Order: sequence, then structure tokens, then C-alpha cells
Amino acid sequence: MALTEVRWHGRGGQGAVTAAKVLAEVAMKTGKNVQAFPEYGPERTGAPLRAYNRISDSVLRLHSGVTNPSVIVVIDPSLLEAVDVTEGATQDAVFVINTNHCPADIKKMLKLEKHKVFTVNASQIALDTIGRPIPNTPMLGALAKATGIITLEGLLDDVKKSFGKKFSEQMINSNLEAVKRAYQEVSGE
Amino acid sequence: MGKTMAITGNIAIAIAMKQINPDVVAAYPITPSTEIVQQFSSYVADGAVDTEYIAVESEHSAMSACIGASAGGGRVMTATSSQGLAFMWEMLYIAAGYRLPIVLVCVNRALSAPINIHCDHSDSMGARDASWIQLYAENAQEAYDNTIQAFRIAEEMDVRLPVMSCLDGFIISHSIENMTILEDEEVRRFIGDYKPLNPLLDLENPATVGAIDLQDYYMEHKRQQHEAMLNAKKVILSVGKEYGKLSGRSYGFFEEYRLDDADVAIVVMSSAAGTVKDIVDEYRSKGIKAGLLKPRVFRPFPAEEIADALKNTKAVAVLDRADSFGASGGPLFPEFRSALYDVPNPPKMINKIFGLGGRDFGPDDVRGVFDELVAIKDTGKIKSLKEYITVRE
Repeated sequence: MALTEVRWHGRGGQGAVTAAKVLAEVAMKTGKNVQAFPEYGPERTGAPLRAYNRISDSVLRLHSGVTNPSVIVVIDPSLLEAVDVTEGATQDAVFVINTNHCPADIKKMLKLEKHKVFTVNASQIALDTIGRPIPNTPMLGALAKATGIITLEGLLDDVKKSFGKKFSEQMINSNLEAVKRAYQEVSGE
Repeated sequence: MGKTMAITGNIAIAIAMKQINPDVVAAYPITPSTEIVQQFSSYVADGAVDTEYIAVESEHSAMSACIGASAGGGRVMTATSSQGLAFMWEMLYIAAGYRLPIVLVCVNRALSAPINIHCDHSDSMGARDASWIQLYAENAQEAYDNTIQAFRIAEEMDVRLPVMSCLDGFIISHSIENMTILEDEEVRRFIGDYKPLNPLLDLENPATVGAIDLQDYYMEHKRQQHEAMLNAKKVILSVGKEYGKLSGRSYGFFEEYRLDDADVAIVVMSSAAGTVKDIVDEYRSKGIKAGLLKPRVFRPFPAEEIADALKNTKAVAVLDRADSFGASGGPLFPEFRSALYDVPNPPKMINKIFGLGGRDFGPDDVRGVFDELVAIKDTGKIKSLKEYITVRE
């Protein structure tokens, strides 16, 4: 696999930075070289923010910002109208978007006729499983299915281990359920 | 052998500190080095280290407490950034003048004003004349490795100077990368037991630290600091080699990347060097003999070795992530140019100031510099000696 560059769009408090971190950890365990870094600015709950990953088979030496991502994940549906999530996307970039719309609608809305767009209602899944609208874990499940960068098993294993240090069994299980549901429900075209 | 982890540069440093298990850490957290102190204080609270952690009220006090603890006979370290390092200024000189082997991790950040939390090297470059050994890291792995080696270098009896281990703020400190950490026991064996020199707490052998020293001996003491810096050169090399045997990663004064037969070369420190390596490969594949020299040790400055490494190049750009306003170049440029002064047919040299306050330095910026160097090599003409790049006109 050549270099994959991922850009996460979220709002402060939705776990975009954590999602980038989990993606890096899971990819590392399969022998990949990884980077995960947020774009730091004034950090405020609810403010739009970006986080990034680089994942590669070879040693990662680039230490500049990611300007041309090949995978774009939108954690917050309202950002589709608030920021340009397509900025700098490569010609074959894959989009994974949390929305209750179907891929065709999003393709039309963002003028992405030539790109692969995947959608999943991660906010609803998070509400159903975790009980709070924190869509980062289901978005990781959707990303795994849409891109194949990481496997579902690797992701579930990492969520179990990294959440296990901080959270109750019930919270871990609901996050695992969220990942699995998003993996199953994500659809793309 | 150790294990591979995906962690931030700051956490890598905190882990190094845990493995080093210093006697005393005195620190006042400041962005972007905060996470180091935060994580380390939890190791202290959890009993994972024996360190006495002193929460002080300022960086001036942090360095003062480090000086007291080090003079008392302890292995001592701290971490800071930017204004924090600036606020330590007078105490930095005192730590060096007392010949105390304190290790300071500097997470490089711009100096105010205007206020900015992001990376450049103006903080540690401002301390370049304080008689501290300075090591710079490209990534979290090197920052971890340098910090461990710093103790061995500082504590060598014919060096006994403080060491600053520098890494780029946010770009490295807050980015997760995969890196390998050594086993605790390997680190402890490598750094060994601390050997204090005339410690104040040795009541059987009373000593004075910080006595007045006027026209009679002050200059001899400064001369000794100069000699200690010269001695540090061989120590840095032998420690870097020994660390290589332990970890598989050897260290010298600088890294040469495809420099052997290079016509055009970039000199740049820290995280930006990684980006340059990718573009060196790209230009090599186009048939352009491009190379990189990445300084690791800025103090002591290895002038002869640098001259030797760059003597066959035709054009060199020295990139500074700090400016010395009104000078002929940033802090690196005059030293590199001077190092090459006595070389027969020295390369044409230019200086670029880049990346101030965290301004991104990407592949296109590197290409621009290499293209300019190729033009200089072909025409022999320099348009401007010192120029700001990655900047709006």
C-alpha cells in the first residue's frame, strides 16, 4: 500500500482527535507506519476542527500538513454546509460521511460525481448504542468497511483494550456495538 | 529489546523520564511541553518513579530548583518551551557556570510577540550562548533517544555541562508516530548510577558553589567551559555509538542523507528534515544530485566535520527556523558559512528563514529551494543571500 492520507472533519468534543489516534494504533498493529495529528488552534467545544492520519508501508518522514487527503471522514453532518470538506481531495479520494442522506444525495450536494462516497447515520447509531451523540467510534467502523485500511477485528480489539483502561464494561460493549453496526450499515457508491 | 508504540513526542519524553527515574524534577508546565510534565507527575503520584517532583511557581524557579537539587548531588531534569525557557535565561547561564549536568527538554515554540504557541527554534536558539549542549531531534524516536543520551553526555566528568534536548512543538510533541522504546532496565543500565561531583549534601567534604569570581579567576572558569564543550565532542560520538549498539540506532553530530556525491544540499534541523528527505529522493529519481545535512548537535558546533561533509557540494541552502534579526542569516547560516570558509572551492551558500510560528513547510517549499540551488549551481549567481520563504509577499 502506498501512502494513505486521511483528513477528519469534526467539531470540538466529538472525538475526531481520538478517532485519528485509534486509527493510527490499529494500523500500527498490522505493521504499518503511522502518524496522527490534530490541527491545533483555539480549542473550543463545538468549533470545527480537523485531524489527520498518514498510514504507509514505508517509514513516514513527511512532517508537513496533509493538503491532499485520499480519505476524508466527516464526523459531524452540519460541517457539510459549514466548511469545504472537499478541499484538496485527491481525484480518487474516498469520502465517509455521517449523515442520514444516501450517498447519491451527498454526491450531488458536494459535486462529487466521480468520487466514491459512503454514508452512515453514525449519530443515530451512537444514540442507540452509547446513548450519547458521540459518533467517532461508529465512524471508525464505517471507515474500516469503506476503505479497508484497517480490519473490523483489529478495530474491535483496540477499542476493547484502549477503552478498557478508562470505561465501564457497559460503555465498552456499547462502543463495540456501535462499531459493528456502522460497519454493517455503511453504504456507498 | 523494547516495544513499538504509537505515541506523541511528549509521551515519548515522559516515558524516557520514567525510565531515567531522576532524583528531582522541578517544572512549570507551558504549551506545548505541558503534557510531558502532566504525564510525569502522574508517574510520581502512582509511585512509578522515586523522583521528588517540585511544582514551582515559574520557570525561573524551576531552573533555580534544578540548580539547587543538582548542586546538592542529585540527577535532575526539567522540560519547558518558549517564554518558559526565556524566563529561565539567567538561571541557564548559572547552571552551566556551576557545571551542573542538568537535562532540559525544550519543546521548541515561537517567542512572543505576537503570541503564538506553534513551532520555531527562536527559544532554544536564544540560549545557544549559555554553554548548554544542544541536541535536536527529527521525530519522537530521536527525541526519546537524545534525551536518554543527554544524561551520559552531561554527566561525563570532563564535560559536566547541562544538555538541552530539543524537539519540534506540536509537529512532534503532539503528533502520534510509531516508535520503539527500550526496556526500563536497558535505559537504567545505559545511563548508570549518578556520580555527583562535590555535592553540597556531602557534609563530610564541604564545598562552596557560586562564590564570587572577579578579575582573578572568572576568565579561567569560562575557559574551562570552552574546554568542556570541546571535550563534549568525543563524548557525544562515543555515547551515540554505544547507544547504537543498545538500540540499533547510532547517533553522530549530524545525519547525512544522500550527501556523498551531492551537488546541491539543504541543511535543516528537526522535523523539517524528514520532509526534505522525501524530496531528495524525488530529485535523485529525476537525476539531480540532491542531498541533506541534518544537524543534531548545534552546541558544540562540529565545524570541521561539517566542512568535510559539505566540501564537495556546489550549492548549499541553510534553512533556519529562527531569525537573528538584522544579521546576515539565521543562527545556523553564519556558522555553516564560516565552517566552509577554508575549504578549497567552497559551495555557494544561501540562507532561508522558514516555518516561523509553526508556518507549514511542505514538499513544494522544499522543491522551490532545490530548484533555486540547481540554478545557482548552473549560473554561479545568487539572487539573495538571506530570504524569508513560506511567507506572504
